[in-house]
Amino acid sequence: MDVEDIEIQLFVRAMQLRHGYDFSEYAPASLKRRVQQLVRTHDASSISELNSRLLHEEGFVARVIEGLSVPVSEMFRDPLVFRTLRDKVFPVLASYPEINIWQAGCAHGQEVYSLAILLEEAGLYERSRIYATDFNDAALAIAADGIYATREARDWSRNYIEAGGSHSLSDYYSARYDFIKLDQRLRRNVTFFNHNLVTDEVFCEAHLILCRNVLIYFTNTLQDRTLGLFRDSLVRGGFLCLGTRENIDFSPAAAGFGDVDHALRIYQVGGPGARALSR
Amino acid sequence: MKKRQAIVIGCSAGGLTALQSVLPGLDARLGVPIIICCHTGSADVTILVDLLDRHASLPVVEASERAPADPGVIHVAPSGYHLMVEPNFHFSLSVDAKVAYARPSIDVLFETAADAWHDGLIAVLLTGANSDGAQGLVAVRRAGGFALVQDPLTAEADVMPLAGLEAAGADACLPLDAIAAKLNELCLP
Repeated sequence: MDVEDIEIQLFVRAMQLRHGYDFSEYAPASLKRRVQQLVRTHDASSISELNSRLLHEEGFVARVIEGLSVPVSEMFRDPLVFRTLRDKVFPVLASYPEINIWQAGCAHGQEVYSLAILLEEAGLYERSRIYATDFNDAALAIAADGIYATREARDWSRNYIEAGGSHSLSDYYSARYDFIKLDQRLRRNVTFFNHNLVTDEVFCEAHLILCRNVLIYFTNTLQDRTLGLFRDSLVRGGFLCLGTRENIDFSPAAAGFGDVDHALRIYQVGGPGARALSR
Repeated sequence: MKKRQAIVIGCSAGGLTALQSVLPGLDARLGVPIIICCHTGSADVTILVDLLDRHASLPVVEASERAPADPGVIHVAPSGYHLMVEPNFHFSLSVDAKVAYARPSIDVLFETAADAWHDGLIAVLLTGANSDGAQGLVAVRRAGGFALVQDPLTAEADVMPLAGLEAAGADACLPLDAIAAKLNELCLP
């Protein structure tokens, strides 16, 4: 067996035994790349050196978690997805007196603000509550601040228009030097908190769950477990939105979901094509 | 000589023309998966898949997350994601940061494929105007795989093949019109 592969197994064990984080069901190829990246970031000579610091160095684990969940996203990524949420999902949500939305794996929060803007423009924000969760505290802090580099945000205005936005994205942020800051009024109904999809349980009854490009890092086993968690969190008729290239064909738990828009990976509990739930 | 088990191909600028030249020459009996990472700059790789499918001797599809790297099929990396091969020869995707300014990155595909197939892998680096793929080629050769680089003189953009040769060298450096025949020879029994 390759030495580096042994070191990664030891890394996973150290995270589990010393710190209670379970990465054993993360897909191996991307996990390996991220751990290799950590070695470079922390100027370590090997993964074994990381392992040693994980065991002995106070506070090092937080920096490892930061590096292991490298959240790369943008506002209104895949604009058509947001447009379709607005056109096909929001009219159903509008029938509920209170709307609970779970943004699972919110990373730096770009999608949370995107969603908040769309809800605002649809007149649904006041009765919505968005639970934005991630297992990375550093990412949650950035998400709550809502500050992004202007250079990252270059395409976001175009995305917003393509998503069907009815104003100008600049109405929702103030620009200063190299940064933009999202209007903090957008988070008045948003709760950011730590939740780990690997180990934590159902915490709300949701009408819509967004979890885009998070399960792609999980093995089939963990993907299935998480889809089961989503299914159990959603009301009957509740919606799930995944990344546009995600594949749930191998998950038994996915049988409870039917297509709202298959190409965009928008599903509904009990929607067309869904099979009876086996809880 | 060892029979090879998979082919990965990387290209960028000029890649469509190069692929349209190489793919029709592949033997329809090639019993190995062929996986392509081509920087297109487009948000949707469907157009590339359709264009390649018209000319290729094997079916061309967009690589599907979690699906096995089926033999006898040409799989193309989707836009906006890194395409990886897991140790169980199934595909996975990531939206991690760009590598060599690219996502999908050829380095990422080559490195993960080298981890999966070791010396059973053939990596082909074609025309391109940046140096993505060079580090991947290093990983492929280190794992005992076969590195085939397009002769830079026949490349529409020579930066990519030159960077590959400089970083990793190659087991073969061939003009575009000789590449398909070499792949057939390496993979057919």
